Formats: sequence, C-alpha cells, structure tokens
Amino acid sequence: MEIVKLIGVVIVVIGFALKFDTIATVVLAGLVTGLVAGMTPLEILNTLGTTFVSGRSSTLFVLTLPVIGICERYGLKEKAIDFIRSIKNASTGGVILIYQAIRTLSAAFSLRLGGHAQFVRPVVVPMAEGAAISKYGELSDAMSDEIRGASAGAENYGNFFAQNCFMGSSGTLLIVNTLVEQGHDVTVAQIAKWSVPIAVISVLAGAVRCLLIDKKLAKMADAERSDK
Amino acid sequence: MAPAAIISEVFYVIIGIIFILVGVKALKDPNAQKKGTTVAFWFILAFTFICGYWLPKWLTGLAIVAMAVITGIKGVVQSASDVPDPKVVRERADAIGYKIFIPSLVLALGAVLLTTLGAKIPAMNWMNGNNSICVSAVFGMIAVLALTKAAPKYAVTDGTRLMDNVGPTGILPQLLTALGSLFTAAGVGQVIAGGVAKVVPEGNKLIACAIYCIAMAVFTIIMGNGFAAFSVITVGIGIPFLIAQGANPVVVGALGLTAGYCGTLCTPMAANFNIMPAALLEVKNKYSIIKSQVPVAICLLCIHIVLMYVFAF
Repeated sequence: MEIVKLIGVVIVVIGFALKFDTIATVVLAGLVTGLVAGMTPLEILNTLGTTFVSGRSSTLFVLTLPVIGICERYGLKEKAIDFIRSIKNASTGGVILIYQAIRTLSAAFSLRLGGHAQFVRPVVVPMAEGAAISKYGELSDAMSDEIRGASAGAENYGNFFAQNCFMGSSGTLLIVNTLVEQGHDVTVAQIAKWSVPIAVISVLAGAVRCLLIDKKLAKMADAERSDK
Repeated sequence: MAPAAIISEVFYVIIGIIFILVGVKALKDPNAQKKGTTVAFWFILAFTFICGYWLPKWLTGLAIVAMAVITGIKGVVQSASDVPDPKVVRERADAIGYKIFIPSLVLALGAVLLTTLGAKIPAMNWMNGNNSICVSAVFGMIAVLALTKAAPKYAVTDGTRLMDNVGPTGILPQLLTALGSLFTAAGVGQVIAGGVAKVVPEGNKLIACAIYCIAMAVFTIIMGNGFAAFSVITVGIGIPFLIAQGANPVVVGALGLTAGYCGTLCTPMAANFNIMPAALLEVKNKYSIIKSQVPVAICLLCIHIVLMYVFAF
C-alpha cells in the first residue's frame, strides 16, 4: 500500500483548501506522513527539529523590521507618496513595471536589491498607491488589495524568473547537480544562458499585466463613484 | 564551529530576543486577548531560535508541535502596539524629507556590497549571503537612528509592532522545509512520479513537454517548493520521457525549474512569497497576491511548454 504515503499531501491540500490554520495543518501532515511511513515518534520529531533549526535563515527578514518600522514612524510612506506625486506621468502600472524591471536585473546579477520586507512594503506599495490616490482620490479596500497584490507579484516574477541567469544561484546549481548525477553533462554557464529567454519574457508578460491593472483600477474607481 | 556559523548564531539569538519582546508586549497589554497562549507561542519560538542549535533536535520538534497546537486553537492574538500618529508622522516627513529613504538603501545596498566583499576578500569569507543581510540590518539601524535621532527604544517598539503584524505566519517557510524533509524520508515523491509515469503516452514530444512542465507546476503547488519538485519530477518524468527521447538536457533543466516557479506563484504553500508578504503588506484578502499572479503564471507556463518543445528537440 504505497499510495497511503500520499495522506500527507491530502491533508495539506484539504487543510489549505478549507483554510484551517496553516501551521497546524503543515505539522499534522508531517506527523501523519512520518507515522504512515513507519518512522518512530522520536525520529519524526528529530527530522522536524533538525530541518527547522537549519532552516532558520528563512526567517532573517525579522532583523530588518525594526529599521523599517522606525522609517515608517518618520514618514517613509509619506515621502514615497510625495515623490510619486512629483512625477505626474507615472501610473500605478508604470511604477509596478519599473520595479519589476529593476528587480529582474538585480536578480540576474545576484544583487539582493529586492524583498517584500525591504522594498515592496516600504517603497513600491506606497509609490504605486500614491499614483492611484493622485488619480482617483481615496482608494477602496478592493483597489488597495489589487495594487498590493500586483506589487508583490512584480517582486516574485523578477525574483523567480531571473535568478537562474546567475551562475552561482542555488537553483542553477540544483539543476546542474541533478542532471550530472543522472549522467547528463551540463555546466552552470549553459543553464544560466538558457535561463535568459524566460527572464526577458517574464518582463514582457509583466508589462501586459501592468497595462491591464491600470485599466482595471479605472473601472473600479468608476464603479465606486457611481455607487456614491 | 566555523566563523560564519558563529555569526549566524549570534543573529539568531537577536531574532529570538525580538520574539521574546513580542511576547512581553502581549504580557504588558492589560487588554490583550488569549494572553497565556500568545505569550507561550512567542516564548517557545524564541526558545527554538536561541537554544535549538545546542539541544537535542527532538526538543525543537516537540516545540514545533506545541506551537502548532497553539495556532491550531487560534491561540495567538495581536496585542496593542504604539502606532505612530499620522499628523506627527506627516510633520516629521516634512522635516526629514527624502533622506528617510537612506536607511532602506543601506539595508538593500549594504547587503550587496558586503556579499561582494565577502566573496572577494579571503579574510571576510564569513560574510556569506545570510550574514550580509544580518550585518546590513545593523548598519541600517545605525543609519536610521543617526538620521531620525529617534530614541533606541523605538527599535523595540517598531520591531515588535511589525513582527506582531506578520504573526505566526512568518515561520511557515521554515516549517515547510521541515515538511519537505519528512516527505522525502517517507518516499512520497516516488509514489506520485510512478503514478504519472503509467499514464504518459510514449512518443509524442509536445505532450511529453506539456506533462513535464505541468507536473513541475502542480508538484510545486502541492509542496510549495520548486526545488523539491525539480529533483522528483525531473528524475521521474523529465529524463525518461524527454531527455532519453533526444531532448537537450540544458534546455529541459533550465526551463523545468522555472516551469515549477509558475506553480510557486499559485500556491499558499509558498508562504514566504505569497502568504507572509500578504500579512506584511496588510491586504484585506490574504490570497490577494496569488489572485493577482495566477493569470501571469498560466500564461508563462504555456510559454514554457512551447519554448521547451521548440528548443529542446
């Protein structure tokens, strides 16, 4: 009964779909999968603990929060809005697209310029929202969510689709290691080169997306006005 | 212990102290709800960061189960924070001006500069990517205090305010790595790959490209981790159904991983990209980011399939 090992996958899918607490769902899925695979409770706890401790680097963003918090207290968002207001021509979509292009370039050169905590929250979102506020006035929650979702998206597209253009990125190394171990000779330079087309295409896709966002915001603002 | 690891441990202790202070904030708030479980959650989390490395790992495992029980009964609630008054913030913004962006630039560019120095100067080889982020946060803190003349206690006030904002979701990426390791230990990957291999029709190259790319995306959606999906799906599908049929392994490999990232854009399992930022950006609907990304992801996945078919053969 190999198929029973998939119970952890089923728990995760059901748990997330029904919006159970995410942390409890993930831990439960791990515990059940371990038990079904015949691991002892001590082995399961050891595996969980070992990876959690070695994975603490995923939580380094916490160190940037005090700096960002004080910047916000001294007017970071306000100045971002001031700045975008001084550039009369940049639309919300324009701001988001410019950020995606910068993020893509920095990922390709392995510069850690971006990040949701370091850049999207303190800089991109206030600028993109500033552009919308100067155009439509007060933003509804739905409009604000639309802009914030798209800003976070620009960060993710730039990060994901350009990082492998850098030869030393962990993704590039993973691809090379996996293929070489299976007997297929590939080099990091080759993988990096063949990662360029999709990086370029992702920025083009982002440009189309940003055009559509500006149109959607205008529509939402119209609907808001006619409601009032 | 290598110098790089010692420095990392120092910063994990600092992160642990921030978690403790979030708990203390709840403790001091007379109107805090579910105070007991909230404080317990942050203290246990701090324990895993500060002591986890030195103690038997099953203790951290046990701590994880305890935290899951607490969040499972919805026991963690935000306590009151000292939120700055918008009027005062506006006045300060006018006084300081655009210089308020300097600390953010120090955070971002400082890390770049430090990583570069770490790679070039042998005496600084402890400055790896992670430690660069930590050290640039210290420089960012010095910059913001020098610039604003804010009392240093606001590092605690505002750090705990934002951390409480992010909440327990902040540790989800770390937990998912742990789940991945349990899936691997149990052989979950082989079971799925074996099942898919039974239904793939042999010989049709376009269908093989489509199945490989879609499987990468779907597996990443389930696991929330493109790396885990890549090793399983490339060995299970990519090599037997594409590379063994004459496809160029460079093209299959390079496009395979980014096809998986199309799945990353669609899944709450990729919490550090889609869910944790939603909390950080304070969106009303926590799936706002995923909703925004799905159309782009589907479009890019189709392009991956076409590119692979055209260039791999």
